[in-house]
Amino acid sequence: MRRILLAMTLSAVLPALSWAASSAGGPPVEGMPQLAFGHPVQGPLLIGQVVWQVIIFFALFLLLAFVALPRLGAVIDNRRQRIEADLEAARAAMHSADAAITAQRDATQAARSEAQAAVTAAMQAAQQEMDAKAEALNAALGKQIADAEAGIDQGRKAALGAVRQVAGEAVGALLSKLGASADAGKVQTAVQREAAARGIA
Amino acid sequence: MAKEGKTIDALSQFELTPFLGGFGQAIGFSQSNAFMLLALGLITVFVMVAAARGALVPGRLQSLGEASYEFIQGMVTEQVGDEGKKYFPFVFAIFMFVLFGNLLGMLPYAFTFTSHIAVTLTLAVIVFVTVTVIALMRHGMHFFSYFFPEGAPVWLAPIIIPVEVISYFSRVVSLSVRLFANMVAGHVMLKVFATFVVLLGGLGAVGPFVAILPLGVNIALVGFEFLVAFLQAYVFAILTSIYLHDAVHLH
Repeated sequence: MRRILLAMTLSAVLPALSWAASSAGGPPVEGMPQLAFGHPVQGPLLIGQVVWQVIIFFALFLLLAFVALPRLGAVIDNRRQRIEADLEAARAAMHSADAAITAQRDATQAARSEAQAAVTAAMQAAQQEMDAKAEALNAALGKQIADAEAGIDQGRKAALGAVRQVAGEAVGALLSKLGASADAGKVQTAVQREAAARGIA
Repeated sequence: MAKEGKTIDALSQFELTPFLGGFGQAIGFSQSNAFMLLALGLITVFVMVAAARGALVPGRLQSLGEASYEFIQGMVTEQVGDEGKKYFPFVFAIFMFVLFGNLLGMLPYAFTFTSHIAVTLTLAVIVFVTVTVIALMRHGMHFFSYFFPEGAPVWLAPIIIPVEVISYFSRVVSLSVRLFANMVAGHVMLKVFATFVVLLGGLGAVGPFVAILPLGVNIALVGFEFLVAFLQAYVFAILTSIYLHDAVHLH
């Protein structure tokens, strides 16, 4: 609606101006009207046209230079400053994001190496513990073996002692069967000697 | 050109008529000046409205205003450098005055004030005087070295100096005649072909069909004239910037 009104107003201006410019009058213009300085009507109008033009152009220059253009320039400057500020903010945000990424990467690195160290330490401790246990077990087993060997040795000695006694008794019995008698001490010594000769300690 | 009969009257469109009858006649204010005032109003309103909302994301009109602002500012800084920033309003005023003069002339009933040699010459003189004053203020007497390039053989001075002086003053002529001739030629062509449409259209039964030809030419010419309107305003502004460059830097 506003636009239609504007268009109607504008389209009315030109015929109005044309109508307001009344007919020039005077004798017909010879040649180009732009050069008709000698014409009684055109001549003064041509001079006046230039004078008014200078005034109007000067007014236009003043209006543009001191009223209209500074406003438009301020709008453009304002936008440029706004865009620069936004770009600056975006740049700062990018920098902080970069810093955050670096910090995060460093933290990950640190955590990874820390975990690695913890794993190594735990494995070492477990190894030591296992070594200690195996050593203790070995020691206990060795002791048991030694005890058992000592028992066996003792048994053997006891058994061998019994064998010598039995052998002495058997010799005594054999001698008595043969009708001879011998001193128990001598028999025992002989058995001892024979046993030693056969390797039975 | 006489107005009687079915003759082609291409030049009466350039005649000045007093604005509001005796009042305009008394103060020498013609319809041409009325259109200058209209251009002044439209330019100022255009820039003010474009700046009024000051939106961060501009609408259509604001975009157009900012685009023209940055277009002329870019032209001035490109030609003159950073010292040229303070002359930007002057170039902007020149560009907009010529552009609106050309474009208003494209509307029906309108008068094209840029089709008057007196107007374009005045504008060129304004540019010439402004540029020369700026050069004199910046460089003082050293400005006159502009007319004799450094390093040229001294015995050539009697030839070089007159040539440079003439070329310096011919700026006024080339600036004004270029714009004036372009606008006059365009509007005369439009008027001639428009008259053909009317004359041929009256030629009995086949007339309206034949009249389509000049009508088509006129449609093409209108598009061409819009191009010329922008192009001549651009040329006027960029030449002003180049002259400002010479004034600031002396070659």
